[in-house]
Amino acid sequence: MVSMTLSLQKAVVKRRGKTILGPVDLDLKEAQFTIVLGPNGSGKTTLLRVLHGVERLTNGTLSLSKSNEDARQEQAYVFQSPIMLRRTVRANLAYPLELLGRPKSEIETKVQRWAHRIGLEDALERHAPRLSGGEKQKLALARALIREPEVLFLDEPCANLDGRSTREIETLLIAARAQGTRIIMTTHDMGQARRLAYDIVFMLGGRVHEQGAAAGFFDAPKTQEAGAFLNGEIVE
Amino acid sequence: MSDIWAGLEAAFWLIVTLDGDLVEITARSLHVSLSALIIASCIALPFGTWLAIRRFRYRRTAIAVLNALMGLPPVVVGLIVYLLLSRTGPLGVFGLLFTPTAMIIAQVIIITPLIASITHQAMRELWAEYHDLLISLNTSKRQRIMTLIWDGRRALLTAALAGFGRAIGEVGAIMIVGGNIDHATRVLTTAIALETGKGDFALALGLGFVLIALALAVNILIHSLSQTEQEGRW
Ligand SMILES: Nc1ncnc2c1ncn2[C@@H]1O[C@H](COP(=O)(O)OP(=O)(O)OP(=O)(O)O)[C@@H](O)[C@H]1O
Ligand SMILES: [Mg+2]
Repeated sequence: MVSMTLSLQKAVVKRRGKTILGPVDLDLKEAQFTIVLGPNGSGKTTLLRVLHGVERLTNGTLSLSKSNEDARQEQAYVFQSPIMLRRTVRANLAYPLELLGRPKSEIETKVQRWAHRIGLEDALERHAPRLSGGEKQKLALARALIREPEVLFLDEPCANLDGRSTREIETLLIAARAQGTRIIMTTHDMGQARRLAYDIVFMLGGRVHEQGAAAGFFDAPKTQEAGAFLNGEIVE
Repeated sequence: MSDIWAGLEAAFWLIVTLDGDLVEITARSLHVSLSALIIASCIALPFGTWLAIRRFRYRRTAIAVLNALMGLPPVVVGLIVYLLLSRTGPLGVFGLLFTPTAMIIAQVIIITPLIASITHQAMRELWAEYHDLLISLNTSKRQRIMTLIWDGRRALLTAALAGFGRAIGEVGAIMIVGGNIDHATRVLTTAIALETGKGDFALALGLGFVLIALALAVNILIHSLSQTEQEGRW
């Protein structure tokens, strides 16, 4: 897969006069599986939305190897609270492919495959908004992966999931990664971060406080705040 | 009391034998209100959806005006349409006063704000829910609107039915602009008013039952639609 540029220069997001992100300089060119860590309200969601191009920058630039629109076509995003179309599970899975005008047979095959992978093959005709929270999260993930995106953003995809569902999702993510999908994900689960991360972006107060390879970050964090965060202390 | 019983009995026979006057008046009621519904829906459904999606400068004002128009008293609408259509009025040359067309115009004015407002409300909720996903999936404007209309179709139908319910039961405006002329502009509501005044309870009650049945059918439809909405069928 062609390597894809994804970088921010002096990116700032202000909302109602308050700076909620930045200034941030970030280059995810070599990133393979990036985990974004940080306390609540530190700007993780905002950072992901900016990178995906759904949140407008007040200042600074987002650099992509393609135009914004084309780049988003190759990206997928799983939101912090899953958004279900008011349709069946089947129709939810098919939707991203229908938008691209793919042939019916291809859509049908992929829908079956992904429903099977997330264990919802018997729920295809159910109304998606009535699924359980965990099922919705899995469906949102499958709907994101069904286009085989180059870049996948995940905003706490395993919040509220039990151990088994979490492992199922991690397996899917590792498989996607092996297929060449670049993953950028936030989590509050340190065990998960250790299991999955190639590199870490540690956010604090709307800024990237520390960034580096996962091994180095977990064994010897460079900043005092990151160390404290890893020890489970409250960092502000 | 015996008046009412006699009236009920007569009404029953009028309906069972499909009395000519009754059928004619009912058909005209349906014609006027359904025409008004179709025209109003063609304006209100797209407008309400557009209002929900588009951000523009006077959006809040537009919504406030829309809600205010919803509260327009039908009698006043009737009066205004009367003045516009009367022979000395600006649209007098068309000679529309005291025709079913005048009644349709009045009803369109009465129900368009109602349908638009319900549509706007429902579509705004749906748009807020879907916004991030549809942007993230890089949907075109057309794809967004189609998705919203398709997934909001029950809400749109409910809005239309509410408009029809209001139109079919309306009396003030169509009495003024239609004139309740026999075999020309007489509809269910105006006929009931007239027959009651004359003391002919049989026809009044017969017409009343038909009107109730129509209103009930609409309500049952709305109810079953919102039921299926929760269960997510069709
Ligand atoms: N539209 C907005 N208007 C005003 N403030 C906002 C808006 N969106 C986000 N914020 C604020 O920006 C800050 C960063 O929010 P963000 O959602 O990025 O945090 P987060 O790191 O994802 O937190 P969490 O771990 O709780 O998900 C928060 O203080 C939040 O309240
Ligand atoms: Mg967040």
